[in-house]
Amino acid sequence: MSSFAGHWVYWLSIALMMIGLYAVISRDNLVKKLMGLNIFQVSVIMFYVALGKIIGGTPPILGPGAEGFAYFSNPLPHVLMLTAIVVGVATTAVGLALVVRIREAYGTAEEDQIVQMDRDEALAAERSRRVRR
Amino acid sequence: MTEHFPVLQVVVPLLAAAACVLLRNRFAARVLAIAVAWTCLCIALHMLSTVLSTGEPISYMLGGWEAPYGIEYRIDVVNAWVLVIVSMIPSVVLPFGSGSEGLDLHPDKQYLYYAALLLCLTGLLGMTATGDAFNVFVFLEISSLSMYTLIAMADSRRAFRAAYSYLIQGTIGGTFFLIGLGLLYQSTGTLNMADLAVRLQLVWESRTVHVAFAFIVVGLGIKLALFPLHQWLPDAYTYAPPRVSAFVAATATKVGIYVLVRFLFTIFGVVFVFEVLEIQVLLVPLSIAGMFVGSFAAINQSSVKRLLAYSSIAQIGYMTLGISMGNVSGLAGGLVHLFNHALTKGGLFLVVACVVARLNTDRLDDWAGLGRKMPWTMAALVVGGLSLIGIPGTVGLVSKWYLVLGAFERGWPIIAVLIMLSSLLAGVYVWRVLEVVYFRPRPADAPDVEEVPLSMLIPTWILIGGTIVFGIGAEWPSTVALQAAQSLLGVGP
Repeated sequence: MSSFAGHWVYWLSIALMMIGLYAVISRDNLVKKLMGLNIFQVSVIMFYVALGKIIGGTPPILGPGAEGFAYFSNPLPHVLMLTAIVVGVATTAVGLALVVRIREAYGTAEEDQIVQMDRDEALAAERSRRVRR
Repeated sequence: MTEHFPVLQVVVPLLAAAACVLLRNRFAARVLAIAVAWTCLCIALHMLSTVLSTGEPISYMLGGWEAPYGIEYRIDVVNAWVLVIVSMIPSVVLPFGSGSEGLDLHPDKQYLYYAALLLCLTGLLGMTATGDAFNVFVFLEISSLSMYTLIAMADSRRAFRAAYSYLIQGTIGGTFFLIGLGLLYQSTGTLNMADLAVRLQLVWESRTVHVAFAFIVVGLGIKLALFPLHQWLPDAYTYAPPRVSAFVAATATKVGIYVLVRFLFTIFGVVFVFEVLEIQVLLVPLSIAGMFVGSFAAINQSSVKRLLAYSSIAQIGYMTLGISMGNVSGLAGGLVHLFNHALTKGGLFLVVACVVARLNTDRLDDWAGLGRKMPWTMAALVVGGLSLIGIPGTVGLVSKWYLVLGAFERGWPIIAVLIMLSSLLAGVYVWRVLEVVYFRPRPADAPDVEEVPLSMLIPTWILIGGTIVFGIGAEWPSTVALQAAQSLLGVGP
């Protein structure tokens, strides 16, 4: 139990990760899929941030007033996550731009309808080709 | 100057991409992009020859910060080799044609295509050059994001969907990779590759490291389209503009394979990967399945681009098979196949680009009788197809030779038989295309076509000609690949 409770941060990020992945897989709406992807990425960011934190740890800064502190939080994972956040924002921006183009071209952002439209289009093209012969 | 080559390799295309956006002129952007691609190729060749002659890796500290704290770029035979492959392809693809056929972009916006392509090149070169594991992730995302936009530049709504589903799957793959890195950092406290390799020796029994390994392999598996994680690939290659397919098919998955090789052999180490975790138990069946499923799927396609895309999945199977043998011959076979497949598939997609420029279709039935109308383009198709099968005199044979050799050395004769069987399947799908092109008459109502201009033929034939040149004089690529494999496995020449 203690190891379970002691690792609650990790359980939290695993829960978020699964929620995000489930949304990506199960939703038909393309924007909701992207939101799922965002939740998935955020779970990893939380995981990294938790890595660097120690209870009672201080920022690793030397100088007056820093005497007497023995534990430091590692700032490196937090810095790495700044990059990951930028990547996440860029991915979302590109993804949403693509959804806008898909919506313009198909008139809908629901994946099942889009799949159906593509299938109808392919069938119609095949039929017209047969008629020509 | 030369001591800054490892970082210039990456910084030059990055700055040029920004310059393309500022120039806002497609002619200037095109000239700049071609110049940068050739500069990158020259730098890569210079570094490869330096590394080959000294035998020592080039280590470059970014900003002068010492290795485990700062970011290190480390060029050895393996990644110098991959850098040459990656920078060679855009040097040929960018001058192809007038530079913009098949792109759904207003002429005033075409500079964005060059900017995106240069960014993609930056990402791919960065992933290859860096010696820092987190840096790999950053460049991975740079290359992937620009690749999504490149694919969406095609003139069809299916391309948007293909780019979207690639974005979803690619991001999941990239994030899995990031989780794996986090777990590695948690257990070792370092992200420098050389440092990771040393410190992992102390903690490899830990469950955390095993989980990290799983996340990294699966994440990279999505990026390099390892069967059954290849779902994004057929649509992406089919609906992307043909010239983008040529660039992406010849470079992106190759860099993914390089990163996998780097993690398996340099970071985790041969003993851990092949004796403790026994990855070959998983990787060999998946590679074989990819070879056969890809080839069978290719046989049934009515679109030439989709056919080539499925054939890529099969060819990636050969490369991962070579890696999973874990011996010098097999690994050298996989590495030399990186080069050979980049030449062959890049050339074949350029053939498709030639035909699409004339006929605006990649449906196989519409290609009937093209053998007489476009003799030079179709001759390139023949040579490229033969190289896919692995006919003597083409590069395809060289890599298969090493793979079969590796399989026998490992004591897996069945695998050697399976490699030959899947080459037969490649023969079937290549023959299907050639049969339509050469032996079926051109329908009477079909639009008249003529041969494409030299500006398209020359780039196509540089790549296709390479498959013959390096197929007959095979010493250069195979010596380099052998040396790379020996350095990865830590055995003397």
